[in-house]
Amino acid sequence: MLGTETILFFSFGYIGLLFAIAYFGDKHAEIGKSIVSNPYIYALSLAVYCTAWTFYGSVGRAATSGLGFLPTYIGPTLVATLGWLVIRKILRISKIHRITSIADFIASRYGKSTTLGSVVTIIAVFGIVPYISLQLKAISASFFIISGFPHTTIPEHFGEIPFLGDTAFYIALILAIFTILFGTRHLEATERHEGLVAAIAFESLIKLIAFLAVGIFVTYWLYDGFGDIFSKAQSNPELRPLLTISHRAGTYANWCIHIFLSMMAVMFLPRQFQVAIVENVNEDHLNKAIWLFPLYLLAINIFVLPIAFGGVMHFGGGNVDADTFVLTLPMAEGKGTLALLVFIGGISAATGMVIVATIALSTMICNDLVMPVLLRLPFLQLAQRSDLSNVVLTIRRGSIVAVLLLGYAYFRIIGGYYTLVSIGLISFAAVAQFAPAILGGIFWKRGTKAGALCGLVTGFLVWTYTLVVPSLVQAGFLSKQLVTQGPFGIAALKPFALFGLQDFDLTAHAVFWSMLVNAMFFIGVSLFTRPGAIEHTQATLFVDVYQYSGDTDSSSFWRGTATITDLRSLLERFLGQERTEGALTEYADRHAIDLKQSLRADAGMVNHVEKLLAGTIGSASARVMVASVVKEEPLGLDEVMDILDETRQVIAYSRELENATAELKAANERLKELDRLKDEFISTVTHELRTPLTSVRSIAEILHANPGIDRDQYNNFTAIIVQESERLSRLINQVLDFQKIETGAMDWQFSHLDFKKIVADALTATQPLFEDKNIRIDRNLPENIPLITGDRDRLIQVMVNLISNAAKFCVDNQGHIVITVSLDPEQLTVHVMDNGIGISDANQRVIFEDFRQIAHATRGRPHGSGLGLAITKRIVEFHGGRIWVDSELGKGSTFSFTLPRKMFQIEV
Amino acid sequence: MTPDSLLNKRLVGLFLLGVVLFNYPIISLFNLDVFWFGIPALYLYAFAAWFLLIVLVVIITKFNTKNVHLPRSASKPE
Repeated sequence: MLGTETILFFSFGYIGLLFAIAYFGDKHAEIGKSIVSNPYIYALSLAVYCTAWTFYGSVGRAATSGLGFLPTYIGPTLVATLGWLVIRKILRISKIHRITSIADFIASRYGKSTTLGSVVTIIAVFGIVPYISLQLKAISASFFIISGFPHTTIPEHFGEIPFLGDTAFYIALILAIFTILFGTRHLEATERHEGLVAAIAFESLIKLIAFLAVGIFVTYWLYDGFGDIFSKAQSNPELRPLLTISHRAGTYANWCIHIFLSMMAVMFLPRQFQVAIVENVNEDHLNKAIWLFPLYLLAINIFVLPIAFGGVMHFGGGNVDADTFVLTLPMAEGKGTLALLVFIGGISAATGMVIVATIALSTMICNDLVMPVLLRLPFLQLAQRSDLSNVVLTIRRGSIVAVLLLGYAYFRIIGGYYTLVSIGLISFAAVAQFAPAILGGIFWKRGTKAGALCGLVTGFLVWTYTLVVPSLVQAGFLSKQLVTQGPFGIAALKPFALFGLQDFDLTAHAVFWSMLVNAMFFIGVSLFTRPGAIEHTQATLFVDVYQYSGDTDSSSFWRGTATITDLRSLLERFLGQERTEGALTEYADRHAIDLKQSLRADAGMVNHVEKLLAGTIGSASARVMVASVVKEEPLGLDEVMDILDETRQVIAYSRELENATAELKAANERLKELDRLKDEFISTVTHELRTPLTSVRSIAEILHANPGIDRDQYNNFTAIIVQESERLSRLINQVLDFQKIETGAMDWQFSHLDFKKIVADALTATQPLFEDKNIRIDRNLPENIPLITGDRDRLIQVMVNLISNAAKFCVDNQGHIVITVSLDPEQLTVHVMDNGIGISDANQRVIFEDFRQIAHATRGRPHGSGLGLAITKRIVEFHGGRIWVDSELGKGSTFSFTLPRKMFQIEV
Repeated sequence: MTPDSLLNKRLVGLFLLGVVLFNYPIISLFNLDVFWFGIPALYLYAFAAWFLLIVLVVIITKFNTKNVHLPRSASKPE
């Protein structure tokens, strides 16, 4: 039989087992053999989402609304698919910035703001305390019911149970002890509690087993499987409507809003943040957890409808609260052991939630509410105390007790009036208020602190008005008229039908208005305010977290410096000597800093210390503490210049890149052009080589075939052979010259030269040309030309090229070439002017390029390789001069070049 | 495109599928007063769609981890 003693024995025995598991987990963590570091434990710990609300309340909800319980579990499934995107990002950010609570997350994102941290904490406390009380209520109620075994009696009002006779009170106390023992044993920069996670995972397993057991019992023992229950339910007038969703207006909207709400809840409930983010050991665990966790939810929900319908049909009438079916059905069948298992399962569900939620809340209360205030109170002189870790731990422990007592008080005073599900939904709606600030914070850099603050506060106010005020009315603290007629008789302000919106249910109505107002204020105010400097930095670090994943210490915000001694003593006050030494040594090793040698800590180290502290006391407080030892230098002119300079460099760099790209493009174009020219050149050169070769060969063949040819003809033919061979060798020489200059293999012979002599030599060499075409030559040289330095043969080649070029384009018998040399202090300028056909503007530009030949409309291609001017240009440039042409079509051209008079450096 | 961002996109696609499957009007198509395999159509649909979604997550993540090694703590900026 199931006496009260047995029940108490098993309850406390179970809790004792939890202590043992947590102790075991902690011990293993200490020796470095983590038992929680695998995706299965991680997924099970995520299942802390399923509380007593799931365990008892789902059935209650299903008994009155059919599928209405489901959105609460479909939301998390949808989030799990998004988990890779959203959760992983939050996870990464939290790990890098050592964020340990949701309040810290928001505060840190919006410039480590103390105000924001406290607002979030207050909302969380208001939102979660009723939820905790709901768990206590479930424990208390289930104990009351099971202790009546084998009779099922339902407590009418919990206020009637005497204070000290109430199991919930003792359970609350034991949970406080458990949480203090395993949640605040010592201060860790990571705030991970492996023992606790192990216990939570175990609890998740127990509640699943218990629920499945009762589900199988009802479905296959009381009834003959799913089909049997549903077909019987169909013939039950009370249950038949539940088989479909009602077609009333707003039903689907409610459904949709509930899914949205549970999505927000599973991400932003403090306890979910605690297990999913803070207690996460390895990011990769998310990989499996995103399907394990939804699978868990599916499993625990399969039997909800059968139990609900089975219960309604079994008890009929409604004497028994549907919230208790899970427990009362086995009891009604006299299955004591099963009832006990269910009771233990219920305790698992409830205690798991209470423990994790309390830890999460106590961290927030301590780090974001109490510590910032205490550190700022001047008379406490807390910032100067030598050991603060005890202060922090005491505050944590105090807030754990306070939260649990608050939860208990709420349960005694108000909790009795509500069903499990509606209290849970009120909490969900409260934490949904964090959504705009967090989601906006990690995907949108422009979100500002003012925007987040306005959104949170207004959302919270609407939440209070639409959900909390009515609950106070229901509990009798406020006049009923407020709900039925609206405040001051204004119907548009009725808390359940704001502005006449009536199609939604209570929660959906509140969620819709609060989220609308929240998001509007967040976005609107953000767009009209400017983020401060820290906000700006943090926004970038959060939104672009994957880019800054590596070492964020260097992207520091601290400009000031501090002595290492100061930092060390600061850390010691919170972490103790041993841990401080470890942390600093680790940092020093990583950055190759000799702690004994250096006195001053650089900005990176200050930043690292701030992060270590942030893990312990929250980012806002950490900033205050670090500020107390860091001498932050005012932003001097130099630093402003540095910042500007950096920006300028970035801009300059990008310009450089643009230029380089443009240059590359031009070079590419040029290469293509050269390639084309080379092809042309090869065809030209081979053509030019073939013409003399062909004539030499054909004449040689004639001579060979006609040995008796007469003398005159013979001389004539051999003269042509000589001439053509000369032309051949000239061509080949040019190609070779060009090749030599191009590759730098040219052997330059520099000496002091008389330029007059060079002109004379060149004219002698070209004499036959003038005679052939009857061209007049004039020389216009100064009396004295000083000696210049240069390669004689090459300069003669330049002159010969220019003169023969000029001669080539002169009309027979009318040609006139003038060679002018002018002197100025710097250089010698040589002009070779002709009265030939001239060169068009377009051609003037390309005439000096390699392999260029100017095709003439009537004359066709001129003779030559097209290399003459290119070689000339290179020789002139090698001597330090430049060459150009002035010309007009039909009137002749003037080629000019300069040679510097000073001795120039010979480039070899 | 890194394999990682491909996984991201697949999961976001799955999320959108889930949103469609569990919302009006698709869900209203199954809001019928009939039984399939002895189970009300709506219930069967809800749980089947839910299970399908989970199976798809498994397939997508399994497929992904088989081919690429996921970055552990530091992903390089792209």
